[in-house]
Amino acid sequence: MSKNSNLQVFLNGIIKENPTFVLILGMCPTLATTTSAINGLSMGLATTFVLLGSNVVISLLKNIIPDKVRIPAFIVVIATFVSVVEMSMQAYLPALYESLGLFIPLIVVNCIVLGRAEAFAAKNNVLRSALDGLGMGLGFSMALTLLGAARELLGTGKIFGLNIFPDKYGMLLFVLAPGAFIALGYLIAIVNKLKKA
Amino acid sequence: MSYILIFISAVFVNNIVLSQFLGICPFLGVSKKIDTALGMSGAVAFVMTIATIFTYIIQKFVLEPFNIGFLQTITFILIIAALVQLVEIILKKVSPALYQALGVFLPLITTNCAILGVAILVVQKDMNMIESVVFAISTAIGFGLALILFAGIREQLSMVKLPKGMEGTPISLLTAGLLAMAFMGFAGIVK
Repeated sequence: MSKNSNLQVFLNGIIKENPTFVLILGMCPTLATTTSAINGLSMGLATTFVLLGSNVVISLLKNIIPDKVRIPAFIVVIATFVSVVEMSMQAYLPALYESLGLFIPLIVVNCIVLGRAEAFAAKNNVLRSALDGLGMGLGFSMALTLLGAARELLGTGKIFGLNIFPDKYGMLLFVLAPGAFIALGYLIAIVNKLKKA
Repeated sequence: MSYILIFISAVFVNNIVLSQFLGICPFLGVSKKIDTALGMSGAVAFVMTIATIFTYIIQKFVLEPFNIGFLQTITFILIIAALVQLVEIILKKVSPALYQALGVFLPLITTNCAILGVAILVVQKDMNMIESVVFAISTAIGFGLALILFAGIREQLSMVKLPKGMEGTPISLLTAGLLAMAFMGFAGIVK
């Protein structure tokens, strides 16, 4: 493999096949955890870790796992990494664990993770799978941070907790449930528009 | 009385899709027609109820007595995956008509985060057996209600001319946002 194509594998997940804006996968955590930029970023990084870990392990095991039971086997590998994230977060970042709550164990059923395992890690070598996992994860983190920042700014006038404008001008709606759908809808529309231009 | 509260809360106030953001994938994926939306909500209701009962029993009689709560995520997802397979096989034998109706949707349900979400929520909220079942059924009804309402709107939307870039997902998300806003009107009925 040339260095160039490895780079492409890495960049693929960040731009061309961005899981959130282009593939529209993993919508549940995207909408639920992006009430602020920092929550979005942490959710993205947690998912990145699971993606990286499961992609590496699955590409190492791809010749051992029988074809017929590969989906349950993949799910067990993914669930293991999710439990690792869950327990480490509970131990070292309890405040963050509280605010992300239910959505940490739910990384297991995030379609991106299983999708990459099936579509990429089961067919490629370890290095490329690791790069793919990392790229997809970072693309996902980027999208979540962007959405989180937009919602935080419109809702409370802050980005990463820094005041941009007084919060009495904030539209609370954007921190609540409907704002998640509306903000993501507009973000995807902008991305679509930029892609065509 | 408390069962009625659980029901109203799960269907309207804390609607699983529109305020908890669980099960968004099928919500966006299979809501283009009312027929498929009905099929999907039926399948989800079926699996959600059974899965909650099974995971509840495992949690109370296996995970807690042996103090292995950290295996919760792995155990629950395996139970759900196995149940979906089992339900599929049994339905095929017992009721071919129902299998025909739900068939395509069953495998999709394993990756529906609403199922795993409800199984974990029931444990977190420390509900008893009957409350859990009521909660699972009400949540499934809430899911179905949101899905069918949304499908109805989308059937109309498909005839509308939209600006470029808004077609497809963006307009669906905006519609879902408005629907979520409507459901916010129920907030405050139940604490």
